[in-house]
Amino acid sequence: MIRYVPKAKYSYSAGQAQSVFLNGLKEKKILGTVCNKCKKVYVPPKMYCEECFKPTDGWVELKDEGIVHTAIASFVSWTRDRLEEPIISGTIKLYGSERDYVFPGMFHRICTTYDKVRDMSIIGAKVKAVWNEKRVGSIEDIQCFKEV
Amino acid sequence: MERSANVYRYGLIHVEVRKVRKVAIIGAGMTKFARRHFKTPQELVQEASIKALEEAGLGYNDIDCVVIGSAPDAFDGVHQKGEYLFPAMNKPMTRVFIGGATGVMVPISGYYHVASGMCDKVLAIAEEKMSQARPHPQAVFRYIWDPILETPIGPNLLWIFAMEMHRYMYAYKVPKEDIALVSVKNKANAADNPYAQLGGRITVDDVIKSEVLVWPVNRLDVSPVSDGAAAVVMVSEDVARRYTDTPVWVAGVGWTLDNTEWTGRDLSYNRYLEIAGRMAYKMAGIERPNKEIDVAEPYDPFDYKELMHLEALQLAPKGKAAQLVKEGVFNRDGDLPSSPGGGLLGVGNPIAAAGLMKVISLYWQLKGTAGKMQVKKPVYTGVAQAWGDLMQASTVVVLRR
Ligand SMILES: [Zn+2]
Repeated sequence: MIRYVPKAKYSYSAGQAQSVFLNGLKEKKILGTVCNKCKKVYVPPKMYCEECFKPTDGWVELKDEGIVHTAIASFVSWTRDRLEEPIISGTIKLYGSERDYVFPGMFHRICTTYDKVRDMSIIGAKVKAVWNEKRVGSIEDIQCFKEV
Repeated sequence: MERSANVYRYGLIHVEVRKVRKVAIIGAGMTKFARRHFKTPQELVQEASIKALEEAGLGYNDIDCVVIGSAPDAFDGVHQKGEYLFPAMNKPMTRVFIGGATGVMVPISGYYHVASGMCDKVLAIAEEKMSQARPHPQAVFRYIWDPILETPIGPNLLWIFAMEMHRYMYAYKVPKEDIALVSVKNKANAADNPYAQLGGRITVDDVIKSEVLVWPVNRLDVSPVSDGAAAVVMVSEDVARRYTDTPVWVAGVGWTLDNTEWTGRDLSYNRYLEIAGRMAYKMAGIERPNKEIDVAEPYDPFDYKELMHLEALQLAPKGKAAQLVKEGVFNRDGDLPSSPGGGLLGVGNPIAAAGLMKVISLYWQLKGTAGKMQVKKPVYTGVAQAWGDLMQASTVVVLRR
């Protein structure tokens, strides 16, 4: 067997929309873009509306609160090593949209217990972002979403 | 049957198929699926291709065009895998790639190569050799996420499935025990499949008590990592009539890609699959899929996926597929057999090859050569399907004899 560790590293551009979003996180703000034609609110933000195929029309600030859409507890890391304590994560449906199939949403850790994931009581629960004291303009400025 | 309220708002079905040629499958070949094949990716492709050509009664020299499908290059560990896998020897060759949905995209691409009139005889191949990635193929998936907003949270591919599965369980109140029945069914079906890696008798209890990977996913909810290749020969009508008395026709194809915003999408239902399915059904003249489809090969990398896919393919009402599994509807001797050859859960999951395996399983059913896997009822029309990328892609093929 040939043992080889790829050295490929990347420096990704955050781009127009995500840069504003990341700077917003630094100020404890969740910012999205809105399309005035179809009223869709994009979080994470997009510079153009994919449904209308036109530029979005501006920025809106959303509450740092939402509803847990789904939640999981991972006992394996991304390298598939076993974890003693599970990472709990999921998607959060943020307030600010009347549509049901698509909505402004975030993927993040959820601060809750494994039991609440297992019995599904965390799904549908109201959660709020827990912000780090020191924020640098990163998705990690939010520690997790926690039940309120 | 309940319809997704928004379905006609997006995309769809502007595709009207007129003035295209009929296309048939006249040969299929597969390697055995295995955890680790001694053969190289190229040798796997050769074995499957030679078998497919032999059944068709053609030599490689007779082939006009080649289509090849393989998932991320990083699995085999060779970049430009399409070019690497198959020496086309100066014939036109196309590689298709659409994540997990690739395997069914291969015969879709083969279809339009022939239907358009550009080629009469196409060799369509799919391959994956996942065992070469170290320490585990799971790590290869690190680079499918949004690098700025998603990768820092540390997701692995199992998370996608766990998130969908849990939302599905929550939305329709489907218990894990009922979902596990799919794994039990498919692994039992695979026991009769000579190409299968993981056929056998297991119980719901075995699934529930297997290692928790990412709750709600246990190890036996998941198909195994595999190596393997599959190939089909697709030809125009006049060629089909010359070479076989039992051609299997491609009656309809459909495929869709939604956006990458899985974080802001209802994960309990695959709308993009419903749209792809409707496109294929419309082409095939099917108005009531649950009455007109005789056998189904829905994509089942995880047990709950077979249920979600049966629902989006309009073969079961939303949230009700597990109940129908319980009632035996999808058994080999049921009203609408599903994954009678064992699916990915039983045969194995070499990504692209697994998708094409679903189409080949359906082909065997329609040709009547499925042996012990043959379903009890007479079959005339069937559907096969795959799914992939960041919960956004679907590919559907309807076959008819
Ligand atoms: Zn719009």
